[in-house]
Parts: sequence; structure tokens; C-alpha cells
Amino acid sequence: MTAYRVEVRVMPRAALLDPQGQAVEHALHALGFNGVARVRVGKHLVLDLDAPSGDAAAAQVRIMCDRLLANPVTEDFDVAVRTT
Amino acid sequence: MRRVAVVVFPGSNCDADTVAAARAAGSDAYRVWHRATDLQQADVVILPGGFSYGDYLRSGAIARFSPVMAAVSAHARAGGAVLGICNGFQTLCEAGLLPGALMRNARLRFLSRPAWVRVEAVETPFTGLYEQGEVLEIPIAHGDGRFVADPRTAAELEAQGQVVWRYVRDNPNGSTDAIAGICNAGRNVVGIMPHPERRTAPVLGGDDGARVFQSMEAGNATQHAVDVRAVGDHHLRV
Repeated sequence: MTAYRVEVRVMPRAALLDPQGQAVEHALHALGFNGVARVRVGKHLVLDLDAPSGDAAAAQVRIMCDRLLANPVTEDFDVAVRTT
Repeated sequence: MRRVAVVVFPGSNCDADTVAAARAAGSDAYRVWHRATDLQQADVVILPGGFSYGDYLRSGAIARFSPVMAAVSAHARAGGAVLGICNGFQTLCEAGLLPGALMRNARLRFLSRPAWVRVEAVETPFTGLYEQGEVLEIPIAHGDGRFVADPRTAAELEAQGQVVWRYVRDNPNGSTDAIAGICNAGRNVVGIMPHPERRTAPVLGGDDGARVFQSMEAGNATQHAVDVRAVGDHHLRV
């Protein structure tokens, strides 16, 4: 078993309204960052996991995402694995 | 008299009002802690409003894995009546017992105020005593109340008459098709964002919500005679 650090990025589905992203975008415009567009706010989760391989770690975390960490109706996720 | 289990999660805060509303309608209502695995022969299960597990991760996402939810799912899959109010609605969606999901309000603010909903479906265990098309004033109190479903699911909900309540006058949270409450295809599992338990007597500002609980209690006679046999400690649905 190897210790892996897994980072999960969970983002609201592109097709869905993301009011948090819009609010942040408006605030950035108010600060003068006028070139900013399409701001979206998601979640970043970091976890440590013992697994036989990096692929196995990623596979486990994808199951965690399907079951709990992301809502398949509203969110997309991606998983990045590295050794600690 | 129907036995009504009101599930209490850590962070539920509408359980007392919900028990009181069910008792006022004549039901034998009692609380069940989220760690329980037995619903004590409930005829109806209600998941009340509140902020289970602090709404961490997503509203209802952690509550759906509470030990009690296995019994709630089994009850629902056997055709038993289940009502989710506000956080309870979010939890039923997270558990896959209702389609869709509830996201942050379109204008981000937590909304605590009266709302107006039209009764769109009376063939559910919780709306039988309303008139189709009746408009009710029932308060909302939520930050994550924007109902979303993919276009196919939304079209199906409309086609099958699974939209039970719809916001009128305005759409406070930006819900798809102004949906305020839905039921599953079997029509026994119902979710609503507004709080009917907070409008059950004139002293509370109105009683437009009372018939949700009276409908549930009125289901008693037919449901018991036709659908349920009590055998020993168990209810067998036949």
C-alpha cells in the first residue's frame, strides 16, 4: 500500500446557473477587473488515502464522488492523485 | 389514527412544529432519532426542516447516509407515504427518492418570508383535501431552494403530473418552472420547500398548510383497509 494525496475538484454543471460565480464576477468588475468573464465557484477537497496504486486510489475516489462528494444532478468533478 | 414518524437529524429544527401540526390533524406523531433503524410501525414518515449536519458539503448530502435512512427508503419503496419539508425535501433528492436537486437561491440571499403556491396535484397522500388550482400562502425559509432537474426530467415531471406545488406571483429562488414541490412516480413520496407546518392555525397567521397533515390523516381509512394488514409487529402491504 502506498500513501496518496488525492485532490478533488467539484464544479457546478456548466449549463446551470451559478449565482455565486456571478456575484464574484460582479465584484471583480466593481474592482476594475473588467476583462473577467464566466466566473464559477466550486469546491476543492483534499484527502489522504492508502491504496495499492495510483489508479486504484483514483478509482476509489471516483466512487466517493459518485456516492457523496458530488451531486450527479448538479455537479461535475475531476480527481488528481499524487504520492505524499 | 395514523402513526407518523418525524425523523430528527442533528440540526433539524422544525421537528417540534411538525409533530404539533400532525397531532393537531389527529395523528399519533412521534419523533425518531436519526440513529434509529426502526420506524416503530410508522404509516407515514416526515423528514422535517432544518439544517441537518450544518448543511455541510450540500444540504441533505450527509443526512441521507444516516442509519435511519435505510428504513425510510424501505418504507418508501414499499409504497409508504413520505413527506420531506425544506431540508427534508433536499434530503429526499440527495437520497434519490425524488428526482432533481435543490441549489443555492438564484439571488443568493436566505429567504424567510411568506410565499404563494398553487396546488397542482391533489392525488398525493398530502394534498387530497385541497382543490386543484387553489393558491396557498405558506412561508419559505431557505438558502438552497432552487429546484433544478435536467430538461428531460423536468418535462417528465410536468407530463406525469408530478409537480405538486408551484410558486405563483413570483419565483422566489429561481426554481425550474417555478416548482415548489414534487412527488415521485409512485406519488407516495412528496417534497415541498415551503413550510406547511408553520401555517396550521389562525394564530400562526393562517391555516393554509393544515390540510397537508389532515390529508395525510384522512388517508387512514382507505389505506389501512385496502393496503395494509397488521401482522404481529409488522405491517404487511398486500
